[in-house]
Amino acid sequence: MNAPVKPELSGTDEARGGAPLLSVRDLVTRFRTDRGAVTAVDHVSFDVRAGETLAIVGESGSGKSVTALSILRLIPDPPGSIESGQILFDGQDLLGLSEAEIRAVRGNRIAMIFQEPMSSLNPALTVGMQVGEPIHQHRGAPWAKVLRQARDLLGRVRMSDPDARVGAYPHQFSGGMRQRAMIAMALACDPQLIIADEPTTALDVTVQAQILDLLQDLAKRANSALILITHDLGVVARYADRVVVMYAGRVVETAPARELYARPRHPYTRGLMASVPRLDGDTAKRLVPIEGQPPDLSALPPGCAFAPRCQEATETCRLSRPPLRAVGTRHQVACTLEN
Amino acid sequence: MRAYVVRRLLALIPTLLFVSIIVFVTVRLIPGDVIDMMLTQNDLSADKPSREQLVQALGLDRPMPEQYLRWLGGILQGDFGRSLWQSTPVLDELMHRLPVTFELGLLALIVGLVIAMPIGIYSAVRQDTAGDIAARSFSILLLSVPSFWLGTMVTVFPSIWWGWSPEVNYVRFTDDPIQNLKQMIVPALVLGAALSAVTMRMTRTMMLEVLRQDYIRTAWAKGLPGRLVVMRHALRNALIPVVTLVGLQAPLLIGGAVIIEQIFVIPGMGLLLLEAVNQRDYPIVTGVFLVVGLAVMLINLAVDLSYGMLDPRVRHR
Repeated sequence: MNAPVKPELSGTDEARGGAPLLSVRDLVTRFRTDRGAVTAVDHVSFDVRAGETLAIVGESGSGKSVTALSILRLIPDPPGSIESGQILFDGQDLLGLSEAEIRAVRGNRIAMIFQEPMSSLNPALTVGMQVGEPIHQHRGAPWAKVLRQARDLLGRVRMSDPDARVGAYPHQFSGGMRQRAMIAMALACDPQLIIADEPTTALDVTVQAQILDLLQDLAKRANSALILITHDLGVVARYADRVVVMYAGRVVETAPARELYARPRHPYTRGLMASVPRLDGDTAKRLVPIEGQPPDLSALPPGCAFAPRCQEATETCRLSRPPLRAVGTRHQVACTLEN
Repeated sequence: MRAYVVRRLLALIPTLLFVSIIVFVTVRLIPGDVIDMMLTQNDLSADKPSREQLVQALGLDRPMPEQYLRWLGGILQGDFGRSLWQSTPVLDELMHRLPVTFELGLLALIVGLVIAMPIGIYSAVRQDTAGDIAARSFSILLLSVPSFWLGTMVTVFPSIWWGWSPEVNYVRFTDDPIQNLKQMIVPALVLGAALSAVTMRMTRTMMLEVLRQDYIRTAWAKGLPGRLVVMRHALRNALIPVVTLVGLQAPLLIGGAVIIEQIFVIPGMGLLLLEAVNQRDYPIVTGVFLVVGLAVMLINLAVDLSYGMLDPRVRHR
């Protein structure tokens, strides 16, 4: 999955017009653990515009999945809780909604696709019922009608023989088919935003591209925005309009995908790029791993969280935490060295 | 599916044969044989039959294998033999008593589940709250109270406090359902209490396990209310081990019925068995055990079949 970076779709944000669809502001999500409180998401801010694909990139434990779950308020509490911030969706702060109001958003206006298709479907219920369930819940359609629509949805995700699949159970499906079913479920109520949390990590490489192509194609057709959470920069290059790079619960860099590939500013982003094999670039170039261990969230250094692994770190980096600063029109980076 | 059931039913035959041999032999090994008892009981009668006459009349002079084969041959023709004391056919006695115990067991099962399931679910959903702790304490209490003690307390104290005591003249369900149920509900509660304690804890544990699964998160992400997440998505998956447990408890329920029937004077199989054992009425004891054995095996089969209904992954083809 090392396609060249695609050109940006339709110019600037202003050209697409208006306020962003989703605007996350200073989101803080903490977990209480045996070793004290851990800040999994630390003052994270980003925007998603209607119809756009935003990629959130980072390694395990960078807080990208917790960010995604926080948007729909699906953080298990206890042990987790959203401490502060705003999640403005279509002008409405999701964090201020009542339990019933957020339920009306989940699966209806914002849908989510999870990483593990094997365990994300209920083994005891038919696929058709699970795919159609959001329609039953949010549109109040009778089950007979719901199952007909579920069959259509399975057809839309290009599953062969959808009539038979509707009555089948998840264990009769392969991983790729289950993820197709999850996509169908996400599309059920024509959501304005789909959050896909590493949707292909658990799948065979051969199926990954199919699933992502399908997901983006259907999202574009439905004019749904897409948040694609991944650790795979190849995926980012091929599918994302804009990218948010996270490290240790913080946003370290955000930029349009093309800009990020052309001019990565944060040492961590550059490190990620250097550790990904490319077919279109200089094949003789050696892959460079990022040295050191991923950070321990319960014992972060006072300064830049990446400083202990950063080749270019200075004393300033270790002492004070760099804020996110604009380095271009839509390019922001949190690095002391970029001043 | 049908082939599977037929296969399972055929497999019952060798098991029942084995059970019958064990029961047939062990009953006759109980010290103090029936002849001695009959002789001592008949002390006052004038024309006292001799020991040899009695043994011969009851067919107990034959070698045990022959007795067994005769008895087995009778069963194959639908003849379970006759009571040694009343000389009534064993089958009639069983048919008369079986529905009573069946009703008691079924009521106890229903009572047990009706108490256990909602509390178990509540306990899991409200894990570690005061309600959960209260529910868990309640189940420990039920678990530690033996049913013979509870049964005795229930017959003694209400009569002292309110002058109420359980009805001892048994009314059959077919004669007067209301009166029958009124009579059976207290014994069923006592018998069901122990069952509900175990089931409650199992339901809670399994619900907690299932509620952590990824597909539960999917259900929340769809915007379902908690009620549907629990009832539609979690409960069914949690029920599978609970059903196994209830199936395993069924023989204990039958054992418990022996004691409960004694306390509440309910003329079921339990009471029949107890009297028969005391009188060394071999054909009755053997007959009761055969029926109980068959019942336990059928319950196990029902449990196995219910997996298929609950879990599509084990559905029999």
